[in-house]
Amino acid sequence: MDNSSLIAVWLTCKLATLTTVLLLLVGTPIAWWLANTRSRLKGPVGAVVSLPLVLPPTVLGFYLLLSFGPHGFIGQTMDALHLQRLPFTFAGLVVASVLYSLPFVVQPIQNAFEAIGKRPLEVAASLRASPCDAFFSVALPLARPGFVTAAILGFAHTVGEFGVVLMMGGNIPGKTQVLSVKIFDYVEKGEYAQAHWLAGGMVFFSFVVLLLLYGGRRRAGWSR
Amino acid sequence: MEARFHIGYPGFTLDAELILPASGITALFGPSGSGKTTILRCMAGLERSPEGFLSVADETWQDERRGIFLPTHKRPLGLVFQEASLFSHLSVRGNLQYGMKRTGHAEDETFEAMLDLLDIRALAGRMPDGLSGGERQRVAIARALLTRPRLLLMDEPLAALDLKRKLEILPYLEKLHDELSIPVIYISHSLDEVTRFADRLVLIENGRIAANGPLTEILARPDLSAAFAGEAGAVLETTVVAHEASGITQLKFPGGQIYIAGNAHAPGSRLRCRIKASDVSLALRKHTDTSILNLLPATVLAVADADTPGHALAQLRLGDEGPLLLARITEHSRRALAVAPGLSVIAQVKSVAILR
Repeated sequence: MDNSSLIAVWLTCKLATLTTVLLLLVGTPIAWWLANTRSRLKGPVGAVVSLPLVLPPTVLGFYLLLSFGPHGFIGQTMDALHLQRLPFTFAGLVVASVLYSLPFVVQPIQNAFEAIGKRPLEVAASLRASPCDAFFSVALPLARPGFVTAAILGFAHTVGEFGVVLMMGGNIPGKTQVLSVKIFDYVEKGEYAQAHWLAGGMVFFSFVVLLLLYGGRRRAGWSR
Repeated sequence: MEARFHIGYPGFTLDAELILPASGITALFGPSGSGKTTILRCMAGLERSPEGFLSVADETWQDERRGIFLPTHKRPLGLVFQEASLFSHLSVRGNLQYGMKRTGHAEDETFEAMLDLLDIRALAGRMPDGLSGGERQRVAIARALLTRPRLLLMDEPLAALDLKRKLEILPYLEKLHDELSIPVIYISHSLDEVTRFADRLVLIENGRIAANGPLTEILARPDLSAAFAGEAGAVLETTVVAHEASGITQLKFPGGQIYIAGNAHAPGSRLRCRIKASDVSLALRKHTDTSILNLLPATVLAVADADTPGHALAQLRLGDEGPLLLARITEHSRRALAVAPGLSVIAQVKSVAILR
């Protein structure tokens, strides 16, 4: 593996880690709300969160690029606030990845919260735990398997993305050139040997992730 | 304590008003869907009645007219649900400490006494998944009591247990009855459980309070027999007098005495007995040539139609000022003996069940 490949691998790990942390922070309240709300907005919000599951990544990337670009609403707002524009930056990749992988994090956590049900929280309240206290001392620990699944899926899915990254980040080595884009780059240039290293590594990585996920799930009885 | 709740759901309306004593076990009894659990959830603050009122031990927990509604976690209450509701991520000790930490109680003598009272000391280090259903409920009861609540709410705590586990946990509940000085609301649709340790019975039908009074009084009301189905019958509080050489035990109650088959309780101990209405027949004169042990002079107070056609229930007063008894007789006998209020009869009691 040459140096530029290693840079791409490092960048991908950095992106996936940062994205996963942000996703857990953003996804948890969304999942909690979806699991507990009786609001009519539950359906629409759930659908929007799940959109990346069905949309071609290029579609999502295209609209992200437009809205964050100099003529887009968000882009112009950021200009007005003297913030750096996001397209073709690492920060832009992070934002795009968070949106793209959101359903993979929200759904397992939401399922875990729904599986817990209201009863443990009612018990916690009868033992004088405030709703916030009960969330951290009962709901989060009981939903831990859901969080583990969410983190693994969020990380792996971010590592594997291509379309959104290419649209939003482009292909700037060391800045936005992640693993999947790098592989595409090698193949375009006919450097198959280099491409093999990365592609084969990805196959191995994905297999290990799934093995952990399903193996762990059976061992710990996560599927309930 | 005093409670008023009114909630309308599609197809069901709860309209309940209750005044209950400051201690003792009150059983909320009624068929499923009658609203027992909703009343309990209102008391716990898990459900909010728009015009509700609840005061416990001179503290107002809810008074919607004055805009008062304490959320559940601010109410000093203990809650025990039907199914084991222990936190599966905490050990038994962790579960017990969960409420103690939040109410500022340390592992003091009360904690130690509770471990002994419910016999859970040996379980402290285990995880809830490894406990039997009965053990889990005992831990759940201890966990609730360790917050030193001023009201204990129990929603069919034995319903999910099989008979063996039930019998295993009942003695603990009876012990609690003697130790606790707070009101306990106990939901059940099992008359067996209720008659064992409740002091007071609240009968609930279709979201309304059909009756509310001391257990012995409510159980002896002939007009309520439909609620108890074939199980109607009175409960007697008695004291063991002596064991006789012939193998029978003499029990006394205010205004009379009864005999039961040999019993191991020491003289002086208190026994609660249940006499089913179907085990009591009436005679106008005392027949001494009978195998029936207990022939008790009584006066008919009231007669009502029973829930099954062709039968009537007679409410009797034993002796002059003794306890109440119910007798189930046929319509035919009612006419033949002219059973009516004021009639002096002999109640022939075929069998007496010892509850505790």
